[in-house]
Amino acid sequence: MSLAVDAPRRWRKPPFIARAWLRWTLTLGAALYLALALCTTEVSWTRVWQGIPRGMQFVAAFFPPDFASRWGDIVDGIAESIWMTVVATAIGIALAIPVGIGAARNLAPAPVYYVCRAVLAVSRSFQEIILAIFFVKLFGFGPFAGCVTLVVATIGFYGKLLAEDVEDMDPAQAEAVRATGASWLQWINFGVQPQVMPRMIGLALYRFDINFRESAVVGIVGGGGIGATLDTAFLRYEFDSAAAILLVIIGIVMLVEYSSGFVRRWVQ
Amino acid sequence: MAVAFRDGTRVWRRRERAAQFAVWAAWLVGAAVFVACVQLISDKTIWAFVTDAPTQAADLAVRMVPPDWGFIRVLWRPLWDTINIATLGTVLAIIVAIPIAYCAARNTTPSATLVRPLALFVIVSSRSINSLIWALMLVVIVGPGVFAGILAIGLRSIGFCAKLLYEAIEEIDERQVEAVRATGASRAQVTAYGIVPQVLPAFAGMSMFRWDINIRESTVLGLVGAGGLGLPLNAALTSLAWTQVSLILLIIIATVVVSEWVSARVRHAII
Repeated sequence: MSLAVDAPRRWRKPPFIARAWLRWTLTLGAALYLALALCTTEVSWTRVWQGIPRGMQFVAAFFPPDFASRWGDIVDGIAESIWMTVVATAIGIALAIPVGIGAARNLAPAPVYYVCRAVLAVSRSFQEIILAIFFVKLFGFGPFAGCVTLVVATIGFYGKLLAEDVEDMDPAQAEAVRATGASWLQWINFGVQPQVMPRMIGLALYRFDINFRESAVVGIVGGGGIGATLDTAFLRYEFDSAAAILLVIIGIVMLVEYSSGFVRRWVQ
Repeated sequence: MAVAFRDGTRVWRRRERAAQFAVWAAWLVGAAVFVACVQLISDKTIWAFVTDAPTQAADLAVRMVPPDWGFIRVLWRPLWDTINIATLGTVLAIIVAIPIAYCAARNTTPSATLVRPLALFVIVSSRSINSLIWALMLVVIVGPGVFAGILAIGLRSIGFCAKLLYEAIEEIDERQVEAVRATGASRAQVTAYGIVPQVLPAFAGMSMFRWDINIRESTVLGLVGAGGLGLPLNAALTSLAWTQVSLILLIIIATVVVSEWVSARVRHAII
């Protein structure tokens, strides 16, 4: 807190960044960057201007959402997405647990640690879509490729968070279990697992939610699920059906979110 | 404490019998659902393609090395565009997310019955639609290019930023707000001096985190025509120029790693 010493004393709000030179460098740098970025971004305002009435038409084409005429396809797509989500979340988490434990510095020896960290870094650095493009090329069109994509993404996400959580655990409890003469597996099962479990269940549900949402886009590049149905609707200019699909996706995501909040409270 | 008798001695058990059965039942149901889903997927899979995958992968790997290093001349501009899409999109999202979060937080919302559900709906719909789908729609509306990408990233990030911000606002220490209010501060002053200082560090960290995610997401927006590195990636993929594809992938990895490092450093400095 900076207090002016001279009378009359007047309180001033402390700045967010305490060091003055850093504050000014960051502010100037940000301003310079924004100016550069805005200047070099080619926005054809005439096109945007023309686009507004087209956008209106486009939005109007969404209303009213047409659930009826493609209902069969929508149900098929959603069902496929849900299978993909269930399978990918289960397999992904099953694979992420050993990798995550291996990537925790306080449990794993150095070579295992570096290998597991590398696995996590690689599986996290590609966007799901890029992975999906390659898996579709390798495994052919359909939910299998989408499923593999989501498994890889889940390993990266879940393994990293599990590793961080294990690293943050209370060593005293783990030490106490080890002092009873527990084997390594018993140590993990009774000393480490109960500490990370509540958060991990919450994260598993969160990842389920993410996987469902991602399953809606891997379909765009051929990975099966509701995304394929959505893409077809866009390509056929059936925007009212597309609106229906988007609303169904939003509805299911909301449902998953509410139920996951409920389950999380029940676990804790 | 759960205890079982075995050979006349008391043995510690982790759970009571009923709880143990409930856990087993849950595992049984979960496993059944999982197997059913696997079955349904495998019905829709052409296994000949899957068994062929290792050959395909080897073939692809051969075609992808060495990367076409000369192609990098063409990529500087899309790289700059990608960074701009992520940054400007994040800035846009933050600007819009602040009032929405303010309306969505239970302790600051102007009206809990009318405004709050509306704000929550905005948050959920922004979050549940992927930026690629936003881009798909925006390319139709504003035309292909960087602008559509910025809007797509912005719209997708509003939900994320607003959700985390409103949760942070709901978790603030009410006593500090009370103290500021007790000095006779107006509503705006209470917000500025009681609420903002409490959520600012968390919010700044979260914005950096979102920026990092957005860098990753903006690399693929070009696949649907919304500018950035996805544009040359799409072109290289469709023309089967695999050496160019591998170079673009390397650049994407490098960008993501650098942005993650920057974001981690900044968050570390803030918190």
